[in-house]
Amino acid sequence: MTGTATPILELRDVVTCYGRIQALKGVSLSVMPGEIVTIIGANGAGKSTTLMTICGITPPQSGAVFYQGQRISGLSPDLLPSRGLCQVPEGRRIFPRLTVRENLEMGAFFRRDKDGVQRDLEHVFSLFPVLRERRRQRGGTLSGGEQQMLAIGRALMGRPRMLLLDEPSLGLAPLIVRHIFSIIERINKQEGVTILLVEQNANLALQLASRAYVMETGRVTMEDDARALLANEAIKKAYLGE
Amino acid sequence: MSTTLGSRKVWLYWAAGMAWFYLLLWPLMGIGADGAVSFADSLAVWGYVAAASAALLALRQLHARGAFAAVTSPLARGLAGAKTGMDKVPPAVWWSLALCIAAALPFGSGRYVQDVAINVLIYICLGLGLNVVIGLCGLLDLGYIAFYGVGAYTYALLSIHYAMPFWMALPVAAALAAVAGCIIGYPTLRMRGDYLAIVTLGFGEIVRLILNNWMALTNGPNGILGIRPPTAWWPSFEGTFGFELIQMKKLTALYFVILGLTVLTTIAVHRLNFSRIGRAWEAIREDETAAELMGVNTFRLKLLAYATGAVFGGLAGAFFAARMRFVSPESFTFIESAMVLAMVVLGGMGSIPGVMLGALALVALPEVFRQFELYRMLAFGGAMTVMMLFRPKGLWPAKRFGARSEEMD
Repeated sequence: MTGTATPILELRDVVTCYGRIQALKGVSLSVMPGEIVTIIGANGAGKSTTLMTICGITPPQSGAVFYQGQRISGLSPDLLPSRGLCQVPEGRRIFPRLTVRENLEMGAFFRRDKDGVQRDLEHVFSLFPVLRERRRQRGGTLSGGEQQMLAIGRALMGRPRMLLLDEPSLGLAPLIVRHIFSIIERINKQEGVTILLVEQNANLALQLASRAYVMETGRVTMEDDARALLANEAIKKAYLGE
Repeated sequence: MSTTLGSRKVWLYWAAGMAWFYLLLWPLMGIGADGAVSFADSLAVWGYVAAASAALLALRQLHARGAFAAVTSPLARGLAGAKTGMDKVPPAVWWSLALCIAAALPFGSGRYVQDVAINVLIYICLGLGLNVVIGLCGLLDLGYIAFYGVGAYTYALLSIHYAMPFWMALPVAAALAAVAGCIIGYPTLRMRGDYLAIVTLGFGEIVRLILNNWMALTNGPNGILGIRPPTAWWPSFEGTFGFELIQMKKLTALYFVILGLTVLTTIAVHRLNFSRIGRAWEAIREDETAAELMGVNTFRLKLLAYATGAVFGGLAGAFFAARMRFVSPESFTFIESAMVLAMVVLGGMGSIPGVMLGALALVALPEVFRQFELYRMLAFGGAMTVMMLFRPKGLWPAKRFGARSEEMD
């Protein structure tokens, strides 16, 4: 990280509550353009809430979220995709009764450039050839791995500059997880999309990411280079199962 | 028995079902108003039902064993052939055919048929409007009839106080219904699912109670009399050729007015269904949070769905007032909302032909059962249960025949 560059995404002391329960107790983090950053942590640490807060689905009680230097906390969530901030939500959340193609088209809902959308559709189909085969099928009839690919493809249809990924490995076979992670890497390396990845599969996430944050019960407890964390004894014990 | 007519288990289930049915039936029919207890009537009806269901079950068992293969397999092949043949005919042909039949209906049919047909068309308009809210956007609205009431009272009041012609009042009724939709929608649409259903139920009742109690404006439960029928310029051949303004009091004329409204509603709903907005509504129905993450302004679109549904309800309401020439709060009770909802669910949520079939079934079926006056609702309930068991997605489920989504392939 160079000190002069401005982060593409920055959270400053964000507090988010569900009713009276504080889910985030003052989270600060930053992501530089072009990076892959991961947030790891146990269940209930506040990883998903962090992403939902960035997107404005659960607005912060206090603190602020900045994207490309502008404050986005307090904005309506539907304004963010057109600014290039897209999320692949936890549990995929595809539209089960819409066809694969319609799901992908929903990802480009805010765009008016039909030609560009068509090109991006071809691009997604080339990244995930299985989606082309299944384009007429309803989203709900796909397997878990295919649904995850659809969810990622749908987010890519918005031509994001920054992609938030919430547990893309959830409930998937190891082989499929590797495939999906390789695609995530490709999106980052070849297209320059900045990625913030939330994962429980800490091992895989740390191998992919350049930097990582560790969250515990609503707080960031550690921040370091991914490689350093992979070698960290405490992390190994707590999250890598060694 | 268990070899030719299916397993013993099936017949045991049937016997249990029949016993349960009798337990249900006897208190309804066997206990008189004066406390007299009798078994004869209920046993007779039960006997018919038991015999009919036993016969049907036996046929079904035999069919499952292939006893009728000689008849059914050529029949099935013929039907499949007919179906592929029918699929080749473009839908526009079917729609025009249906429209021709609908347009020809009032000629050569009596008052009764025309009356029922007008009712069916009113409910089709209502069903299509509610279909936007429930079928497309997935918002369970139990107070939909309120917008029908707003439309009806709008025209009724404009007609008796300002003598405003029907055609001028129609857009006003639609607009006021839309405003009512926004007023009800604005505070309630933050809620989801069951909560929304209960709140809309409450709002429907509020509208009815206002109509019932605001004596100065609505004349309360006595209703409003003397609403003018729609008018039309009609060619006249008396003396010199010209056009004269007539009042459409004849049922045939009214039938064509509501037919026109139905066609308008159908085209509007169809176009909405396949528009960008319709796709966004479907996304909201499927997963609201995900839709929001895709850049859909869910609040504005839900409000739009609500207002759109209300517009069609308001149009139907204005026609209802003009047709009856009398409105009273009694016409806008919860049971009406429930009926329209039943039509949408029974026909197939999100499917335009489905909603039409549903309206036809739920308005026409009770007419068919009119001879059994006393048991009408019983038969009606039974028919609905059976239909939902065998066709849970509706009579004509919504299909994804995406002219939109497959255009490039």
